[in-house]
Amino acid sequence: MLVPENLKYQKTDEWVKVEDGIAIIGITDYAQDSLSDVVFVEFAIDPDDEVSAGDSLATIESVKAAAEVVFPVSGKILEVNQILTDTPELLNSDPYTAGWLAKVQVSDESELDKLMDSAAYDAYCQDR
Amino acid sequence: MFTPHTKADVEAMLRTIGVGKVEDLFNVVPEKNRFPDLNLPQPLTEMEAAAELDSIASANATTRDFICFLGAGAYNHYIPAAIDNLLQRGEFYTAYTPYQPEISQGTLQSIFEFQSLISLLTGMDVSNASHYDGATAAAEAVILANNHFRGKRTKVLLSRAVNPQYREVIRGYMQANDALHIVGDDPETGIEPDMKRLIDQIDLNTSLVMVQYPDFFGRIIDYKPLIEAAHAQGALVAVVVNPTALALLTPPGELGADIVVGEGQPLGIPLSYGGPYLGFFAVKNALLRKISGRLVGETVDTQGELAYVLTLTAREQHIRREKASSNICSNQGLMTLAATIYMTLLGKTGFQEVANLCYQNAHYTASAVEAIPGFSLPFRNTPYFHEFVVRADQDLPELLSHLEDHGILGGYDLSDAYPELKGCLLMAVTEMISRGDIDYLTEVLSEVQHA
Repeated sequence: MLVPENLKYQKTDEWVKVEDGIAIIGITDYAQDSLSDVVFVEFAIDPDDEVSAGDSLATIESVKAAAEVVFPVSGKILEVNQILTDTPELLNSDPYTAGWLAKVQVSDESELDKLMDSAAYDAYCQDR
Repeated sequence: MFTPHTKADVEAMLRTIGVGKVEDLFNVVPEKNRFPDLNLPQPLTEMEAAAELDSIASANATTRDFICFLGAGAYNHYIPAAIDNLLQRGEFYTAYTPYQPEISQGTLQSIFEFQSLISLLTGMDVSNASHYDGATAAAEAVILANNHFRGKRTKVLLSRAVNPQYREVIRGYMQANDALHIVGDDPETGIEPDMKRLIDQIDLNTSLVMVQYPDFFGRIIDYKPLIEAAHAQGALVAVVVNPTALALLTPPGELGADIVVGEGQPLGIPLSYGGPYLGFFAVKNALLRKISGRLVGETVDTQGELAYVLTLTAREQHIRREKASSNICSNQGLMTLAATIYMTLLGKTGFQEVANLCYQNAHYTASAVEAIPGFSLPFRNTPYFHEFVVRADQDLPELLSHLEDHGILGGYDLSDAYPELKGCLLMAVTEMISRGDIDYLTEVLSEVQHA
């Protein structure tokens, strides 16, 4: 299971990477592996929407389940990865790169402190 | 009453929750309402009860006793005897929701065939397994559009020529949504067949435009310009259809409709004083995931054999309650089966023959009525299917009661729903009306005129 070191994680299996106040958000390798083959991604937001941490970002449907993705941080939506609408399988093959879900202009960087680092998330997954 | 629990079960449950007897569970109900005196008549034997029910039922008039020109959303069609016969087979009659495909292949296959037939008829990509009736299916179209835009587009445009009862049900369904504005069906926008004043109201805040085809007055209107105008603003278009008419008309899917809904009653379901009826609901592929209710799909089992399962129930409450877009769960199983048998039994040409008979009968009736002094057709220049509007010079309720005295249900008085059509009658003519019936109608109407 891949848990890149430079990312932050939350318990609901989203990762976030913040650079220059912009957060890129996706789901973890653990999440995509548990879901198995993803068949559909439905976004719950549009660019320019203001969102709060905990708001729904998207619903991911796999052959096994339907899962909610929630925002780990608050802010304004800059971009949504629309490519996933046609190629949802990128969430399985490249969850940390091509399979990113949304980019957010972060409004409160202190929210990042509440998230787990890679070691903590790795330990959390091992226990499940 | 079906009570699956034995006395021992009940006692065990009561012990578990620490309640002495079943009656104690109702202690929260105020005592005076708990076991009210029902003042019921003495019990009857089965024979006595049957006689009493027969006598009550005999007070009803049915379409067997009258020549019926009433339509306005429910239509008197011939129902082949085979339908009832097959519906009453125990395997279908008692079957409930087919959650378990391993024991529900017959039900699932019949629903799959229903969906396929509706998709074919409407020219759409996918149909769900049904709704309660045409009106609730229309309301689901509004809900779908609202969800599609995640509530960001707050205007829904309804054509005034959509069945007034459907518009009422839509408003009832959406009454808790204060953000939504359901407009377009006011007298100012009107019922002109060019739809221009409705088209002018389509904007970037419009989620859905709903029209009817043929419209409530039976008129066949080319909705292509309206659909193009709606799509230019990114809005969805829902078309309410009469399934019988689609045997002859270009299906709305080909005209570019995004959603097609309708009342399935004309497909082999009796009038029955208003129900149970059947709503159908079809969409283009782009809206597949937003469709309410359930879909049955074809697949193969572990042995590679053809099999049917509930599939893509993304909006069903038993799968994802909080994401469900409607409360439709138990579909109108028996009614979908009736419609499926009806369409299959008639086949494509038989179904077209029924529609053609309706069309010809209606046009013959319209010209016969129009020829009588004192009657005119306000929409005579617009093509129509099996229903048309007649303006009568004389008092309409009086005329209708006179016709009733002569064994004729004359039609639907439009005065209340459409003040602008005061004194106008909506007449429907199906294959059940014979040439002799039409001649008799004109005879009675001519006498009234001379009286």
